[in-house]
Amino acid sequence: MRDVSIIGIGETPVGEHWEKSLKELAGDAIQAAIKDAQIERVDVLYVGNMCSGTLNGQEHLGALISDWVGLRGVEAVKIEAACGSGAAALRLGYVAVAGELADFVVVAGVEKMTDRPSEQVTAALAMASDADFEAQNGLSFVALNALLMRRYMHEFGVCHRDFAPFAINAHKNAVNNPYALFPHAVTAEDFSAAKMIADPVNLLDSSPVCDGAAAVVLCPTEIARQFAARPVRIRASSAATDTIALHDRRDLLGLEGAALSAAKAYSQAKVTPKDIDLFELHDAFTIMSVLSLEACGFAERGRGVRLGAQGDIAIGGKIPITTMGGLKARGHPVGATGIYQVIEVALQLREQAGANQVRDARLGMAQNIGGSGATVVTTILEAVE
Amino acid sequence: MEIARHWRLQRHRYALVGEVCNHCGVKIFPARDVCPECNAPAKTPYTFSGKGEVYSYSTVHHPPEGFEHFAPYVVALVRLAEGPLVAAQLTDVEGEKIEIGMPVEMVTRKLRDDGSRGTIVYGYKFRPVIASGTSADVKDASV
Repeated sequence: MRDVSIIGIGETPVGEHWEKSLKELAGDAIQAAIKDAQIERVDVLYVGNMCSGTLNGQEHLGALISDWVGLRGVEAVKIEAACGSGAAALRLGYVAVAGELADFVVVAGVEKMTDRPSEQVTAALAMASDADFEAQNGLSFVALNALLMRRYMHEFGVCHRDFAPFAINAHKNAVNNPYALFPHAVTAEDFSAAKMIADPVNLLDSSPVCDGAAAVVLCPTEIARQFAARPVRIRASSAATDTIALHDRRDLLGLEGAALSAAKAYSQAKVTPKDIDLFELHDAFTIMSVLSLEACGFAERGRGVRLGAQGDIAIGGKIPITTMGGLKARGHPVGATGIYQVIEVALQLREQAGANQVRDARLGMAQNIGGSGATVVTTILEAVE
Repeated sequence: MEIARHWRLQRHRYALVGEVCNHCGVKIFPARDVCPECNAPAKTPYTFSGKGEVYSYSTVHHPPEGFEHFAPYVVALVRLAEGPLVAAQLTDVEGEKIEIGMPVEMVTRKLRDDGSRGTIVYGYKFRPVIASGTSADVKDASV
């Protein structure tokens, strides 16, 4: 198996792009990534996307986007794993290069959500859950996270306001990210006063509906230097699953898919959580940040929420998370999110994170989650000397 | 419309029929054909009592398409007396204080309709157990 590195990155601002279609957004990100990598050949294009069929009336994105972006003829296919689609596509790109099936792979993630009214977007996102036994009973995706949060608060005796530092930290970091949807700070008072969506989850617990696209270029590490001054090596790539429905979990708050995915990644990279300098986790909801930190070994069970109050999650803290705003404030264009996360880790490792630079960042982890913990893809990235 | 899909699920939805594993005895809902505990085939139907308690709950203020006119409504994970968790709506809870651990029982209610000409989908919801209604009635009658 070959070692694989990222040699190019490209992203569009996350926002309400009424002026751009799905293929235009994807094209912008792919062109930027190819330009950054300065490659002249692409062997494969993988496109991570969740909702193009339901929200855009368009499937077959591999052919659509390769044609649009001037890659006619290349192998191209869409990869879908709900909100984990982006990293699932990255994982397959990694497999293709590592397995010597391709040398230059472009992996894009794209989602175009704002053309539709919110009830339709809510219904489309609910397709990440079990259609017959969750969605048909009226459980929205937010509601599933609310059930997790309520149970967590009950079992560990914490209050809703204890989750505030996760939203505050994300928004603070987004201020310095030119691609972020919400580059403005929020306060603990804003957090407590935010509109309720599915109690106890309110608007500031939740990541926003938005549009965006992001892309990376992969190639074998042995030739990466020819294309990039600072390649970023994929030290580990792993994927795992859990039951699709919350009610079938053995341990509701254990997020076992995340624990399994992280354990595999640590094992492949031969590292422990202590070696990770920053963690772009899947903060679709504040409760997901807390459960991920616990499942991935950064906090004991029931104590993840304390990392917020202690400042451990801030840049300069023990385990900085959402360093460019996270899903909460950079935004969560679902199928693109996994690629945005990896780009943000790459920016940190290339020392291009500007005011949000994590000092001496050598090893960064990204974790992209599909559904309420059912598909979990973990990527550990390392700066190449 | 998906009439066949709803028809396939009628025993689940109307009678809370799941499965029991003949190998290790675990009760399974919803049916999954493979025992989640021992991985043995599990296709023997089992009818649940419908009794359980609230394990977690939430009030949905922003519903998905098709559920707008029910909002706000309460959803829950209910721990059935026989073991499994089930995701469902709570009903008959206007003005009730809902708590984790609260006893509930299954009832059949309208889940959704697909417009004025579409199918009406019925299924299980759970309501608070009405406190010892029958025995109190008997006592009153004997006075």
